Amino acid sequence: MRVQSVHKIPHLFTLFFSGKIRPMKLNLALAQIGTKLGDVQSNLEKHLDLIKQAKSQSADLLVFPELSLTGYVLQDIVASAAHTPTDDDPVFRYLLKASNDLDLVVGFVDEDSRHRFYIASAYLSGGRVLHVHHKVYLPTYGLFDEGRFFAWGDSVRAFDTHFGRVGMLICEDFWHASPPYLLWLDGADLFLFSSASPGRGLNDNEKLESARWVERVNKAYASMFTSFVAHANRVGFEDGLLFWGGATVFDPNGEEIAHGPYFEEALTCVELDLNQLRRTRARLPLLRDERTNLVQRELERILSRD
Amino acid sequence: MIDLSINTDLARTILTGFIKSEITRVGYSRAVVGLSGGIDSALSCVLAAEALGPENVLAVRMPHKLSSPDSLEHARMVIDQFGVQSETIEITDMVEPLIQRDPNMSKQRKGNVMARARMIVLYDQSEAFKGLVVGTSNKTEILLGYTTLFGDSASALNPIGDLYKTQVRQLSRALGIPQVIIDKAPSADLWTGQTDEGELGFTYEKVDQLLTLLVDRRYSPQECAEEGFDEKFIQAVMTRIRRSQFKRMQPPIAKLSNRTVGYDFLYLRDWGT
Repeated sequence: MRVQSVHKIPHLFTLFFSGKIRPMKLNLALAQIGTKLGDVQSNLEKHLDLIKQAKSQSADLLVFPELSLTGYVLQDIVASAAHTPTDDDPVFRYLLKASNDLDLVVGFVDEDSRHRFYIASAYLSGGRVLHVHHKVYLPTYGLFDEGRFFAWGDSVRAFDTHFGRVGMLICEDFWHASPPYLLWLDGADLFLFSSASPGRGLNDNEKLESARWVERVNKAYASMFTSFVAHANRVGFEDGLLFWGGATVFDPNGEEIAHGPYFEEALTCVELDLNQLRRTRARLPLLRDERTNLVQRELERILSRD
Repeated sequence: MIDLSINTDLARTILTGFIKSEITRVGYSRAVVGLSGGIDSALSCVLAAEALGPENVLAVRMPHKLSSPDSLEHARMVIDQFGVQSETIEITDMVEPLIQRDPNMSKQRKGNVMARARMIVLYDQSEAFKGLVVGTSNKTEILLGYTTLFGDSASALNPIGDLYKTQVRQLSRALGIPQVIIDKAPSADLWTGQTDEGELGFTYEKVDQLLTLLVDRRYSPQECAEEGFDEKFIQAVMTRIRRSQFKRMQPPIAKLSNRTVGYDFLYLRDWGT
């Protein structure tokens, strides 16, 4: 589990930042937490606690679940729970400062300059915001009502970190195949998925249907994209909804290399051997052989149909 | 046969977690359950005892002079076996003055009066014991509206409302609830000889199968008929579900302002906790 902490060597650290040298190991930590619904201050304190814990375990990157700073079923709380990821924001000020010690992905309600509210994840590193993803698929069916309260995100972009190129998605985003596929083509080798997934589908199986579904597709993405796929999901109740936790990491061979407990708060830590990307793709060149021109041509044809 | 079986370990984890979370997050640590001697309230009581510790659960027995002695005895078996606290508060003196006023009062009305008297007792004990009232209505009853509004349907939280009666039986077996309670004919015990299945006109086992298709699996009535269910039975059940919708909702408020409770003032109960 443990790896030498390259961050402690200053000149190498600088080189990583410049992108000249990429570390080959990544200590990834996934925080599955319960939140107080709409109480951002209290949730921030929990984040800072978890950051401290992850740091003590030499984590390089800590991923929090969807809407980790606010809680999930926000409804009319949305506007009062919104923040902007800048260093003068009373919440992000602390998180940006903490990101000098390890990289962070946090879930929050992002308010843009024209007062549209998005379900968002921010990647923070070295005191800066590297990327903000706005959820592009808002489930508004069954028990979900996100489209009523939130604006739809409109882009899916990979971005560079000192652990390589990363793609972030939020829950329903990866229930659709196209966002992970786009991120893959955009260069993501490490997929960071976050969820606030309510448990449902109790039958005689030892796992809930919703948990099995998510684990199945995450494993499939890791396998088909020969990439690392990490998933951080919430725990705790909001009224009768139970978020099931069960953080997972799958490696480029599609093998599960970490699995957090169900239903309880936990910090799941695992070392990713980033060289596995090279070994897997040398054996299985799915990325090399991907026919993107064919995809584009056929997609244009399909979309131009009456 | 449609398989309604559930993983009882998983159900137990989720439901005890639910009781603990929803009670403690609002500053309480205790629960009050009306223990009738039947299977549903036994299950809610046992889940609450497991979630909070038996010393933090008050089981209240509320017999009427016409109640079956078996009911009282079966409730006692649960209290003794699981070690919860208990009170016995007879409701005869509460309800009889009202019942005596009208010699023509129907069984239905008397039953409703008794169910609502029990609600009064439970909510009074809730304040006295500083515990929240844990509900005992299962999914079958809720969908069929086989319940007294503001009576046995009243609670602060309901751990078993998404379990069909068939599943209540399965989970009760797994939790070690006495076999005699699991095996006896379900009854609201509001008058002598009353049974749920006699009153409803069908068995829980059969209606749970149909409800699973109609509600959970979204089968159309035609598809249910193709699965072998009698069309009259399907229609009777669908009518019951539709006509009892009011029992599953807060009363509608006539909208006047721009922001109205129930329509566009939307917060979970767990707001801020």
